Amino acid sequence: MSAAARETAPYAAALRADDLRERRTLFGLSLPALLLVFVTLVVPVGWLFWLSFLSDAGEFSLEHYRRMASQASYLRIFRTTFEVSLITTSLCILLGYPLAYLLAQLPRRIAALCMIAVLLPFWTSVLVRTYAWLVLLQRQGIINGWGMGLGLWDEPLPLVHNMSGTLIGMTHIMLPYLILPLYGSMRAIDGDYLKAAANLGASPTRAFWTVYLPLSFPGLAAGAAIVFILCLGFYITPALLGGGRVILVSMRIATDIELFFNWGAASALGVVLLLLTVALLYLASRVAGFDRVLGGTK
Amino acid sequence: MNRGGALPISVNGVTRTYGRFHALDSVDLEVRSGEFLTLLGPSGSGKTTLLMVLAGFTRPDSGSVLFGDREVVRLAPHKRDVGMVFQSYALFPHMDVAGNIGFPLRLRGVARGEIAGRVERALETVKLGGFGARRIDQLSGGQRQRVALARAIVFEPRILLMDEPLSALDKQLREHMQVELRQLHEQLGMTTVYVTHDQREALTMSDRIAVIDKGRIMQLDTPRRIYERPSCRFVAEFVGESAFLPVSVAARTATLDGTPLKLAEPAGAGDGAMFLMVRPEKLRILPADRHPGDDVNVLAGRVTRFIYQGESYVLDVELSSGVAVGVRGMTSSAAMAALPAAGDPVRLGLDRHDAVLIPAGEGTP
Repeated sequence: MSAAARETAPYAAALRADDLRERRTLFGLSLPALLLVFVTLVVPVGWLFWLSFLSDAGEFSLEHYRRMASQASYLRIFRTTFEVSLITTSLCILLGYPLAYLLAQLPRRIAALCMIAVLLPFWTSVLVRTYAWLVLLQRQGIINGWGMGLGLWDEPLPLVHNMSGTLIGMTHIMLPYLILPLYGSMRAIDGDYLKAAANLGASPTRAFWTVYLPLSFPGLAAGAAIVFILCLGFYITPALLGGGRVILVSMRIATDIELFFNWGAASALGVVLLLLTVALLYLASRVAGFDRVLGGTK
Repeated sequence: MNRGGALPISVNGVTRTYGRFHALDSVDLEVRSGEFLTLLGPSGSGKTTLLMVLAGFTRPDSGSVLFGDREVVRLAPHKRDVGMVFQSYALFPHMDVAGNIGFPLRLRGVARGEIAGRVERALETVKLGGFGARRIDQLSGGQRQRVALARAIVFEPRILLMDEPLSALDKQLREHMQVELRQLHEQLGMTTVYVTHDQREALTMSDRIAVIDKGRIMQLDTPRRIYERPSCRFVAEFVGESAFLPVSVAARTATLDGTPLKLAEPAGAGDGAMFLMVRPEKLRILPADRHPGDDVNVLAGRVTRFIYQGESYVLDVELSSGVAVGVRGMTSSAAMAALPAAGDPVRLGLDRHDAVLIPAGEGTP
C-alpha cells in the first residue's frame, strides 16, 4: 500500500491518535514512580557525590579521597567490610540452601507455614533481634550458661563483642533475604527435570549437582547478591555485636557525621563503597551472567 | 541399531491406590519383545500411572514388573536403563542440544570423543543433524520433541517409554510425527510402551493397544480388533464414534425391534439384552428401489440433519424405534447429488460382517 493510500485509508488518522493517547496515558501512569525514584534515589546520591568533592571550607577539592588513599586504617575498614559481607553471605548460603530446598520439597500448604517461621523474625525489629542475640551470646548469656552447665566448656566462650558475634547476628538477620528468592526459583523447577535425570541414569546425588543446582542457581545468585549488598551497608547489628572491635564502613560514616560533623568525609566513604560495590557486582555478573546475578529468573 | 536387544515386559498383579482410589487395579500386561504397545485411556484412567511404574517413578502397592527375566519393581529409576520421552520433554534448559543428548552417555562414562559421534548420529536419526550447538529455547516444539527422542535413544536402551509425547504439537505436525515415530520404531526395534488419550494416534501407531479404564485393562488387542470387535461398551465408545441399538437375545438369535439380525458372529449362549454397535461409516444409504442383498440388515428411519465436514459428511438419522444414528460417507459429487434431504425417509444398510454385538452390562476383559 502506498503512503498516500495509507493516509486516506478509513480511520487511519483517528486510530493513530488513539495509539498516541494510549502511550501518553501509559507514560502518565509511570510518572509518579519515576518521580519517586528521582527524589529518593537520584537526588540524594547526586548530592552525596557533590558533597564528597567539597573541602571543609566549602571549596572544590579531592582532600577526602586523598586522605582515604593515604591512611592505612581506611584500607583496613574496607577490607573488613568486604570480608564480613563475604563470610556472612557464605554462611547464609550454607544455611539457607538446604532450608530452601526442604521448603521447596514440602507440600505447598506446609511450606507456607514454615515460610512464616522464616519470615517471623523478618517482621521483628532488627534492633530487638540484635539485643536478643546479645542476651544469648554474652559471657553470662544463655548459651554460655548451658554450655558450661552441661560441662561442654569451662570458660565462657567469647561469642559476642567480636567477629563471631557480628557474623552470627548478621547471618541470622540476612537469612530470609537469601531464602525468599532461592525458594521461588526452586519452586519453579519442573519435577520432570529430575525425573528425566534419573531416567537417563543419574543417581540422586548426580542429578542434584548436574541438574538441580544449575537450575536453582539464578535464585541463589539473586539472593546472595541481595545479602552481600545489604551487608556492605549494614550498621546496627555489627555496631552492637562487634563491640567496637569490628569496624565497618557504615560505622566510620556514622562516626564522621555524629562525632566530627564531616559530611564531606562521610560522603566520600559512601561514594567509594558504592563504586566498589558496583564494580564487584559487575565482575560477578561477567562470571555468572548479568541477568542471573540481578535476579533474572531464567 | 539394537534389534536383537529388545526386551519383553511382564507386568503381573500391579496395584496402586491413592486413598480409596484405585489408580491401578491388579494389572496384568505382557509386552512382547520389540513391540509397539499403546496404553490408551481417558485422563485419570491409570495409563500414566502404569507408565510411571515401568519407569520407576511410582512405587506400586504390590505386584511384579519384569524386564526380560529381571525383576525391577524395587529397582530405582536411574538403574532401570529405559529410555523415556516426557510429555513436557524435560530438556535441560541449562545445556545445549548436544549437552542434553550427551547427558546419559556422560553418566555412563563413555569417552568424550565417542560421545560427540554418538550424539551426532542420534541427531541424524531424528533428522536434526548439525543442531548440537543450539540452545533449547531456540528450538520449535517439533524440534524439542525430536531432541527429547534422541536423548531417550542415544544410550540404546532396550525399552522405550513415551508419555503423550505429541500432545503439545499442532495437528499437522502431530500426524507427521506419528508416522515418523512408527518408522523410527521399525528402524530401532526397541520394545516401546506409548501412552496417549488420542484414539486415532493409538490406532495409527500401535502393534497392539491396551485400552485402560479405572485402573484396569479393558481390552488388549490389535488396532483393527479394538476398533471393529470391541469387547465392551466402554471400548466401543472410547475408540471411534458409535450408536448403540438395544437388541434382545434368545436362543442364539438377536432381534432388533422384532427383526432377526444377521451377525458377523452368532450371538452367545446367554439370553438377555445386548447392544448392536453401529459405526457411522459402516452404514450405507440404500437405494429405495433395489433389494439390498441377503447379508445386509436394513434399518429404516428419517433424516434429521446434514453436516458437511470437508472430506466426509454426516447424516443424522432417527430410526423408527426413536434411536438416533449417524451415517458417514465421502463427499464425492455423485454421492452428494444422491443424498436425501432433511425430513426425507431413508433406508440404511448394515453389512452382516459389520454387525457386532456388545454386552449390555459394564464389560470386563
